[in-house]
Amino acid sequence: MSQDSLDSLVTSENDIDIRLDVDDEYEQERQSGRRRKRRRRSGDKKEKKKKHQRRRSSSSARDGREERQTKKRESSKKQREKHFKERTTERNEEEAQTSSVKATKTNKNINNEKTRKTKTAERETEKRNEKKMDKSPKTIERKESEGKNTDKSKERKKHKKVQNSSDEEKTKEESEEDKEEQEELDKEQEEVRSECLSPEELEKLKEAVDERKKLIQSLRVKPWPMKKKLVSLRESQEFVEKYEGALGKGKGRKIYAYKVIMTKKWMKFERDFENFKTTLIPWEMKIKEIESHFGSSVASYFIFLRWMYGINMILFCLTFGLVMVPEALMGRPYGSIPRKTVPRAEEASAMDFAVLWDFGGYAQYSVLFYGFYNNQRAIGWLKFRMPLSYFLVGVGTVAYSYMVVIRTMARNANESGIGDDNSFNFSWKMFTSWDYLIGNTETADNKFASITTSFKEAILEEQESRKDDNIHLTRFLRVLANFLVLCCLAGSGYLIYFVVRRSQKFALDGLENHTWWERNEVNMVMSLLGMFCPMLFDVISTLENYHPRVALQWQLGRIFALFLGNLYTFIIALMDEINLKRKEEMIVKYNITTWENSFNGTVSENSTATPISLHPADVPRGPCWETMVGQEFVRLIISDTMTTYITLLIGDFLRAVLVRFLNHCWCWDLEAGFPSYSEFDVSGNVLGLIFNQGMIWMGAFYAPCLPALNLLRLHISMYLQCWAVMCCNVPQERVFKASGSNNFYMAMLLVILFLSTLPAIYTIVTIPPSFDCGPFSGKNRMFDVIHETLESDFPVWFSKVFSYASNPGLVLPFILLMVLAIYYLQSTSKNYKEANVKLKKKLQMQNEENKKKNKRAALKAQMDLEEARKASSQQKHVSPRRHQDVNEIHCSRQRHYYSKNGRNPAPPVGDRSLRRSAPRTYQHVNPGPPGYLPGLPRQSETRMHRVPSLQRH
Amino acid sequence: MGNKQTIFTDEQLHGRYHELAPHLVPMDYTNEPDCKVPLSLIVNMPELKENPFRNRIVESFSEGGDGNLSFNEFVDMFSVLSEMAPRELKAIYAFKIYDFNVDNFLCKEDLEKTLNRLTKEELTPEEVELVCDKTIEEADLDGDNKLSFADFENMISRAPDFLSTFHIRI
Repeated sequence: MSQDSLDSLVTSENDIDIRLDVDDEYEQERQSGRRRKRRRRSGDKKEKKKKHQRRRSSSSARDGREERQTKKRESSKKQREKHFKERTTERNEEEAQTSSVKATKTNKNINNEKTRKTKTAERETEKRNEKKMDKSPKTIERKESEGKNTDKSKERKKHKKVQNSSDEEKTKEESEEDKEEQEELDKEQEEVRSECLSPEELEKLKEAVDERKKLIQSLRVKPWPMKKKLVSLRESQEFVEKYEGALGKGKGRKIYAYKVIMTKKWMKFERDFENFKTTLIPWEMKIKEIESHFGSSVASYFIFLRWMYGINMILFCLTFGLVMVPEALMGRPYGSIPRKTVPRAEEASAMDFAVLWDFGGYAQYSVLFYGFYNNQRAIGWLKFRMPLSYFLVGVGTVAYSYMVVIRTMARNANESGIGDDNSFNFSWKMFTSWDYLIGNTETADNKFASITTSFKEAILEEQESRKDDNIHLTRFLRVLANFLVLCCLAGSGYLIYFVVRRSQKFALDGLENHTWWERNEVNMVMSLLGMFCPMLFDVISTLENYHPRVALQWQLGRIFALFLGNLYTFIIALMDEINLKRKEEMIVKYNITTWENSFNGTVSENSTATPISLHPADVPRGPCWETMVGQEFVRLIISDTMTTYITLLIGDFLRAVLVRFLNHCWCWDLEAGFPSYSEFDVSGNVLGLIFNQGMIWMGAFYAPCLPALNLLRLHISMYLQCWAVMCCNVPQERVFKASGSNNFYMAMLLVILFLSTLPAIYTIVTIPPSFDCGPFSGKNRMFDVIHETLESDFPVWFSKVFSYASNPGLVLPFILLMVLAIYYLQSTSKNYKEANVKLKKKLQMQNEENKKKNKRAALKAQMDLEEARKASSQQKHVSPRRHQDVNEIHCSRQRHYYSKNGRNPAPPVGDRSLRRSAPRTYQHVNPGPPGYLPGLPRQSETRMHRVPSLQRH
Repeated sequence: MGNKQTIFTDEQLHGRYHELAPHLVPMDYTNEPDCKVPLSLIVNMPELKENPFRNRIVESFSEGGDGNLSFNEFVDMFSVLSEMAPRELKAIYAFKIYDFNVDNFLCKEDLEKTLNRLTKEELTPEEVELVCDKTIEEADLDGDNKLSFADFENMISRAPDFLSTFHIRI
């Protein structure tokens, strides 16, 4: 019985649905089903709101209610089915579900009978449009009024209905809102039935929950105001919380609650951890402070410095952990063998500060230098293979550095691949040149100035009317400038060579006889050259009259050449010295052998006597050239560091102090005029850092202490320079862009790395090691240690395999294969690049075409309009029908206007039909964003309505 | 300024907000749920005070466009200007900031204002004219002599420096 009465009951309610559906069918028969669904959804939305109220009352009754609700809806569907057979396909599925549930529900329906009857009576008095909406509220009402006074329930119903009608308006607007909203509603509808779900609906619900979760995750990215974000976040969180549990049913609920708590805890932990991680990044705070004062370019230097520090940390760990510490702990102690003892002649002065400062004396005979290490194959109880470790660490540091630099370069190349075309020169200048990070007045002033100049430059370039009036003079000046620079370079090279040779002479005489200057001449001269030559180049480059960007590149290139030239002259001079030492060594070796022979001779004569044991300090020894090289590099680093710091103190700090305090009693404005404050020279500093690193790479093999020293230096300069920048620098006027230049620096670093490993490898491979010092003493070449290890430490088959593998017959094809692979990869990458360029061009062409097309269209529309105007003005007096035509033209133009802009501007009138019917041709013209900007009046209106309705629960 | 934290808790941010106007901002919102800090106070934050577009920034994040920010809007502003915000989101708000007359287009008038703020009005009117024309010519895809958001986004999405410069650290 219940089924029939139900059907009749719902008929009136469904009338409106049906009528509207028929209307729809005229337009789109196929979509009608979906539409109806949507309408239902909007109804269900209200249902949901009510439900939130209900939720508080009693959860135990909930299940039953929901079942009833479902039943009601299903039966209404049935009714509709009778009227429209053509839509059966969709509903058949649902009916199948319903029938399965039906049996369980009949009892409860009887209880509801009474209330329902009162309802039908009332419904007749209502307006039709109201009916459409309150399908669900009514069911709720019914339940609430169970066992209560019917009058009361009626009153309440009326009240609710008023609300519903207002809600309906909202839904109209909301239906236009984002898709998500629709989906949300969809979910709400489904969730109602969550207790009696078929597997596929469960699946759907699961999807819905997932979608909600996705929404929560992506909420941060949404361009909504915070209020809306908060509301939708809360909403969807509630949804997920509620219905994810329903998915699990019964036992799952507890687990789910537990899960929720855990996720919340986990999120909080992640948050804290993120903050903690940021605090762990060294100097992040300092760098950010600098960034906010000086903009990103100066900060990029400090980031580079920090990166360098990281690399040196790794190098230091390698050398310290695998070479220095094992030797110090497990190797023979100081004084046990000649190479570990200060010779008798130097003993007196070995502890003097001057000697130690030069890394002579005790410092020379310590783990800091190559010569201290013994050639004992395995040391200590660990049987640590010292010589092998020494060699591998040397190779490993270089290999690691190559890897890191190349990897960073590749990553940078990826990042910088975006904006290399110049088609938006002015726009970018206009919209991205201001650095929002700047929070310091002086920096801001400088930024204003630099932006102005950059605009002026761009204007000049744009006009291109400026031609060099005297091109011959400019050319002459440029040639002259280059000539001067070359002279400088050659002069500095010769000076270094001369000084190094002279210092060798001094060294032969004995260092004690000379002054401090003469002893440190080489390093001082190199540092001074490095300090003054760039200034000279700067002066010379004013002759050239280049565009500042070009000039900067020239300047960088010249400084690079200078440093490189100096370094290589130094190395060549060092090579000379190595050869000298080796000659000396030959003599010593010969002497020792003759001496030993004679000694042995005497011993053999009276073999009964105990062999005379010499104190290790007295044993004659060769001049260990490796240690000498190491020492030279260490001294170079030290003096370089000192010059940097002293320049910083004098050039920046003292200058700043003088300018600041003498300004009161000076005849011109010192701050604005001549000396002013110094700028932070990013490019120069970066170059200095790069060359410093080059020296480390070069010398690290012979002086394992170098990375440690460098670490110290970088550490100090981090603090010192941070302080100096903040206290006595002003930002550059011409900013060397941080983003574009990173790879330039990296490329320089790579070049330097290559150039500095060359001499090191050359010495390792070609020069035999000293016979009485270092881990490789007694071997013909340093790399023999590998061979030795292979032979003695590995099983026979391994060395056999290795010897086969190192057979030229195998190595050559392998190299060939590698070359081929490289060639292949290179050519493919080239192709990709070409394709990229082509695509870019195509895109541009299309853009331009579109531009033209749009312009044409705009023109045409204008013409139409004018014609229409003319027509209207000519025939003002004639029939009003004409006016209609004109209006139509207006409309069409407006429509065109909308389509042209690819977005719907806030409509001045609620003319939705116009917008809906607007042709969608623009979509391929502007693959731009969705049709509106967030926060435009249109949307905020809907929000205004929406918020209170949501706050009700 | 220069704070190293990347993620703020409500309390910290609200602390900053409260600092701006201790007499206006309550610590407890139950009694006065919609309090706002006026534009003039926000603009004087050290993070904003050097910015030539400070008024526009604050205005475009306020609901009424008058520049008075509630705490929600305040949070909103710094979340968009933080490093974590995605490019698309930043572009939307950058567009709003540069749209001086709030007509949802960057027209020549807007560009002139932008340029004058960027250069402190040191360019001659002819130069300003030229630059604005060039900008529109470059970025305008649909030929209506003003930049719609689509134009703007297309342009800004290729700018190499946009992400690195369009953020504020608090």
